[in-house]
Amino acid sequence: MNVVYKRPKSLKDVRMHYCPGCGHSIIHKLLASVIDELGIREEMVIVGPVGCSVLIYNYFECDGTESPHGRAQAVATGVKRAQPDKIVVCYQGDGDLAAIGTAETIHAANRGENFTVIFVNNAIYGMTGGQMAPTTLLGQKTKTSPFGRDSGMAGYPLKMCELLNQLEAPVYIERVSVHDVKHIMKAKKAMKKALTYQKKGLGYTFLEVLSMCPTNWGISPLNSVQWLQEYMLEYYSLGVQRDLGAAEDSK
Amino acid sequence: MVKKILMRGNEALCEGAIIAGCRYYFGYPITPQNEVPAYMSRRLPEVGGCFIQAESEIASINMIWGAAVSGKRAMTSSSSPGISLMQEGISYLAGAELPAVIVNIVRGGPGLGNIAPSQADYFQATRGGGHGDYFTPVLAPATVEELTHMMVDAFDLADLYRTPVIVFGDGILGQMTEPLVLPEPSRRVLPPKDYVLDGARKRDPRKIMSLRLSPPEALEQHNRKLRKKYEEIIRKEIRYEEYMIDDAQVVIVSFGTSSRVARASIHMARERGMKIGMVRPKTLWPFPAEIISELADNHQVRAFIDVEMNMGQMIEDVRLAVSGRRNVYFYGRTAGMLPDENELLEKIVEVTNECCLQKA
Repeated sequence: MNVVYKRPKSLKDVRMHYCPGCGHSIIHKLLASVIDELGIREEMVIVGPVGCSVLIYNYFECDGTESPHGRAQAVATGVKRAQPDKIVVCYQGDGDLAAIGTAETIHAANRGENFTVIFVNNAIYGMTGGQMAPTTLLGQKTKTSPFGRDSGMAGYPLKMCELLNQLEAPVYIERVSVHDVKHIMKAKKAMKKALTYQKKGLGYTFLEVLSMCPTNWGISPLNSVQWLQEYMLEYYSLGVQRDLGAAEDSK
Repeated sequence: MVKKILMRGNEALCEGAIIAGCRYYFGYPITPQNEVPAYMSRRLPEVGGCFIQAESEIASINMIWGAAVSGKRAMTSSSSPGISLMQEGISYLAGAELPAVIVNIVRGGPGLGNIAPSQADYFQATRGGGHGDYFTPVLAPATVEELTHMMVDAFDLADLYRTPVIVFGDGILGQMTEPLVLPEPSRRVLPPKDYVLDGARKRDPRKIMSLRLSPPEALEQHNRKLRKKYEEIIRKEIRYEEYMIDDAQVVIVSFGTSSRVARASIHMARERGMKIGMVRPKTLWPFPAEIISELADNHQVRAFIDVEMNMGQMIEDVRLAVSGRRNVYFYGRTAGMLPDENELLEKIVEVTNECCLQKA
């Protein structure tokens, strides 16, 4: 019998700590599949964040390091400069990347560091129990925006792809989502592209992945998919913001 | 013949680091250590290294983490406010047991303070500095030559004990030009770096972290292991200089730049017939408590004077070592106002009159 579906070799056969309906496990699996397909497991160094995915190093058959909250891209800068032959991936949430780590994000991108950033945007702080994130939508109720996010009080949700697209150095910026199969497949393709560009040494690649957080959104996994589709997609438009690698490829 | 050269402290320490095999420097401008990044930006590419001017001290210390998990010798430098910003990262490095060298060319504080020489970061440097249960070795040079040589020692200690190491200078040491002989590369045998993240090729994947959630006793066990390491450092790595203490009735305890002023005052006092000596800690942590304790037991020693460029910080360690057996006096100037050899002499005369003459 043909095996048509199996666990990627780069993903450890362990139970993950993520909640039911959380997008992290999907995104982990996509990353592991892409690592398998590109045959780069033994070259990987994964830099984790502080947040729900802090334990990412427990789930991959790859070398991995923790980083202080928000500092993944500074850590990755050190790793990649010291070992340019390694494939370095930063895996960060919205609080980590777009609040406390904004400076590190913008400056790593602006230096054109040759690593890949996977930015998981679920519009809320997960690990600390559902506080407002920099990407929380206007009107969205969280523990720290109990009446809904008010732009007068808390500003607007940050569009990181669009922000980084103002910089000269990045080579690839795309926003994808993992709310349904079709989009999951697209996300995988984008991830593969980002890692391929890095392997070629093209420069900074940034992938924002819209993801569900049923626990802290306070709705069922099924309704979370609905909510992401209805509200997040409206504000965070999917698609390629920049792809200088494509031009590089056709040269 | 050994070649003597003239170098400014901030640049000489870079050469010391390069001789030690440091090839990665990440830092952010702050006075009075700006010659360090300037020198490294020019010098490191010549030796196949890498310099990055980071966006902040916070980024600098975390870039160091990245180079450290890669198994490379890396350093950063800053001055007091910048070192405060690095404390989170230093705590993480200590928790994850990663080697790093951090140079603090101390300036006046608190706050933005001023840019003048100071030793006011003694507490921060010797008490761990960041959050959590840890210490970092702290090397305190008194001359530009010693600063340069201590860089080699600092990198060795960092690798030997897998710990961040602080080199504690001040604005004078950084800015002063002095003759020196460059250090030799170290021959110290160091443990293999079996923790390096260089791709899980023909081995199990490795992970580096400071988070220890489970089982519940995991962090306590880890902190006990760290404590054992710190005890080993205390046993093996205390460094200090004894200066004219054989017949001393009053012992000065002073380090770095202030010890140079103390030396001048000791000469003046001895010319006047007073028997004064000095213990100069070269490691601030671990602190040379034992020699001070021995001196406190010595009948000939009547008192101690702690001399620092702050309002009195090391004096707490001196008092702990003396444990009430002798009086401990303080003389210090702070925030760029340097200790004055005549002022210190006055203090010495006062202490000698009070503690030595009446007993005679």
